[in-house]
Amino acid sequence: MATSGNPLAVDVINALQEGRLLFNPADKKVYVRTAAGTINDAATGTPAADVKAGDLQTVRLNNRVRRGIDAAVGALTLLSPDAGKRMDAAKAVFKSREAGALKALDVAIAKETEPRVKRALVDARAAVILNTPTASKEENLEAISVIRERGDQEARSLLTNLSADSHDDIKRAAAAGVASIDASLQLWSAAQNMWYGLSLGSVLLLAAIGLAITFGVMGVINMAHGEMVMIGAYVTFAVQEVIRAYNPALFDISLVIAVPLAFLVTGCFGILIERTVIRFLYGRPLETLLATWGLSLIIQQAVRTAYGSSNKDVGSPSWMSGAFELGGLTITYNRLWIVCFTMFVFVALLGVLRLTRLGLEMRAVTQNRTMAASMGIATARIDALTFGLGSGVAGIAGVALSQIDNVSPNLGQSYIIDSFMVVVFGGVGNLWGTLVGAFTLGIANKFLEPYAGAVLGKIAILVLIILFIQKRPRGLFALKGRSVEA
Amino acid sequence: MPVYLVALWGKYVCYALLALSIDLIWGYCGILSLGHGAFFALGGYAMGMYLMRQIGSRGVYGNPILPDFMVFLNYKALPWYWYGFDHFWFAAIMILLAPGLLAFCFGWLAFRSRVTGVYLSIITQAMTYALLLAFFRNDFGFGGNNGLTDFKDILGFNVQAQGTRLVLFSVSCIALALGFFICRAVITSKFGKVLVAIRDAESRTRFLGYRVENYKLFVFVLSACMAGVAGALYVPQVGIINPGEFAPASSIEAVIWVAVGGRGTLTGAALGALVVNYGKTYFTSGFLAPYWLFLLGALFVAVTQLLPRGIVGTWRYYMSKRREQQAADDAEAAVPPAPPPSATSLLARPAE
Repeated sequence: MATSGNPLAVDVINALQEGRLLFNPADKKVYVRTAAGTINDAATGTPAADVKAGDLQTVRLNNRVRRGIDAAVGALTLLSPDAGKRMDAAKAVFKSREAGALKALDVAIAKETEPRVKRALVDARAAVILNTPTASKEENLEAISVIRERGDQEARSLLTNLSADSHDDIKRAAAAGVASIDASLQLWSAAQNMWYGLSLGSVLLLAAIGLAITFGVMGVINMAHGEMVMIGAYVTFAVQEVIRAYNPALFDISLVIAVPLAFLVTGCFGILIERTVIRFLYGRPLETLLATWGLSLIIQQAVRTAYGSSNKDVGSPSWMSGAFELGGLTITYNRLWIVCFTMFVFVALLGVLRLTRLGLEMRAVTQNRTMAASMGIATARIDALTFGLGSGVAGIAGVALSQIDNVSPNLGQSYIIDSFMVVVFGGVGNLWGTLVGAFTLGIANKFLEPYAGAVLGKIAILVLIILFIQKRPRGLFALKGRSVEA
Repeated sequence: MPVYLVALWGKYVCYALLALSIDLIWGYCGILSLGHGAFFALGGYAMGMYLMRQIGSRGVYGNPILPDFMVFLNYKALPWYWYGFDHFWFAAIMILLAPGLLAFCFGWLAFRSRVTGVYLSIITQAMTYALLLAFFRNDFGFGGNNGLTDFKDILGFNVQAQGTRLVLFSVSCIALALGFFICRAVITSKFGKVLVAIRDAESRTRFLGYRVENYKLFVFVLSACMAGVAGALYVPQVGIINPGEFAPASSIEAVIWVAVGGRGTLTGAALGALVVNYGKTYFTSGFLAPYWLFLLGALFVAVTQLLPRGIVGTWRYYMSKRREQQAADDAEAAVPPAPPPSATSLLARPAE
């Protein structure tokens, strides 16, 4: 039937696969139940009105028949006008390796114009040949080289499962093929880990960079930093709620609206905290730590009271959903956007610190507070603005994190220890230290994960940082000069 | 006293001992540990392991050697680190040794390389966080998420019985008193004076020729052992030990007890633990429960802002001021033209 090329054949075979092919034991005629529930005569494709459903029995399948069906469907759709269908068919044949499909493949390869599909067809043909005992040695060797080029997990299993009684040359070629595939797979998995690490690193960087500013400039440990991130995420949620209620068409730009809004809200909140609490505790870092921890408890509980402790549903705009493949890598758009966004925030902050007057004054205060004050810099104002800036950046981080994490009152808690680790590891007073620290931790974490598991990997990282601190008590990029001992 | 009150106050007394241990290093040596809950929990786990072994074949699965959770998790044999915990003396040694050893390793690394101030606080927090993650794992062999519970006997006595509870409560009080006298002995000695010197001016003390790291290490290990004992007494009275005790949040909460009571005053630390925990029980058991975290948060802010000396510290400050005023008045009455003594010298707060 598969080689008949009859347009009805696809329907019948599909029906067989899905258990919709029926037969009447009395007259041995075969019928197809359509998706709509009507019953058609399999031979003509016309509705058979005189048949009662109760008289019919389903045609049963076993595994051998099933494999045959896959191949048959594959062969039939190899010539479909739709490129996507042809692609699927080629993949199906690659999996089934049914020898009968060889002829159809040859025809299809000759006719195929799209390079992507053609490649899949050639792969499928090679797989079929490797599975055909009658194929010549040369054909086999050629097929092995084709499969070797393919270089993924399936290709590897195909080569390792070659029949044992084949020619020595073939065995050797297959072994070489497996080795080369292993090497390339390893490379791709390293690349994938690298990407996951970059992605995690950028998340850490976003969460930690605001902390690095406040800690670096003011020497203040802000335990409520995580709560600023959480507020940023809730601002995103609120913006999306308003958009859903009033103008759903704007949903795709909800994040664009949320970013400046979150910056403003958390920035103002930060300034408020600085003016009402932290200002009185300068020079007492341990007390500041405790007071801001208290604030974080209050903020968390306030959000819990206002919005409930369940996770809030923050949607992703259409341009952030989905994924694409790059060689052996799968890259999701939301992760990609977060990495880009983090870079943008980082460069913007560097710009603020380098090029603006506020940045100049902030750097002056970081390096030598008393001297800066004697030169006429209003250090109290700089402190407030710095704290606002750090909190604002935390709010922006919250907008980004709302896309990949659960938005709940505990959101900030899960990041606070990691961000501290980044800041301590990278050293204070230098944003580059934070950048290097975040990416090192992110990538190290993702490379440890496959060996040690997620939790043990994290424990290992924490222990490594604790040990690292012994070597460099002030982090990778430590401030040098008189302010250090202050 | 009703049974539940005995257990409750027994818990508070254990907390007070923990607070005492924190005060010893924070109040007198300037080391703010945000991971002291880890030592408390390690002591608790050591006791819990002993209590688990005492269950014997009375567990749900009736295995004479393996605790229930191990049977449940398909352990074939007892992990090596559980050996010996069927003897109380061994558990008692481990209660001191496990936290002490961790504190020794950690402190030796940290103090030798002069990790101080907030950096030390952050890495102690990282330490307890790492332990939290580790103890949450099932294959770590400590009961994972559920921890150790369902205890039956301690030294042959039923842990649920009122008599046992009273004895445990008394032992906790004795331990608290003992801890208090040890701390007192330490801080009133010459050694204690050096500790205070380290707190107030670490570099200067070092320049005077003292080996600052050795002083810090000793007091840190002592404090960790005290916390371990507190944890070990806590477990049989509460009836459970689980990884939640390692949470950084509970360690920070313990620090605030000390701050409320009065940092640098031993009675203050113990009092602070009792007051805050009594308040916690009071608030979380009534209709005020949703507001407890607001209150606790506000307590952190208020104590650091308004009452930096804590309750006992403020009381002593006030008393000394009055005594001074009295002395000044007396002096004035006796010899009218004498200049008033400088009040500021006595009132000056020690630097951070």
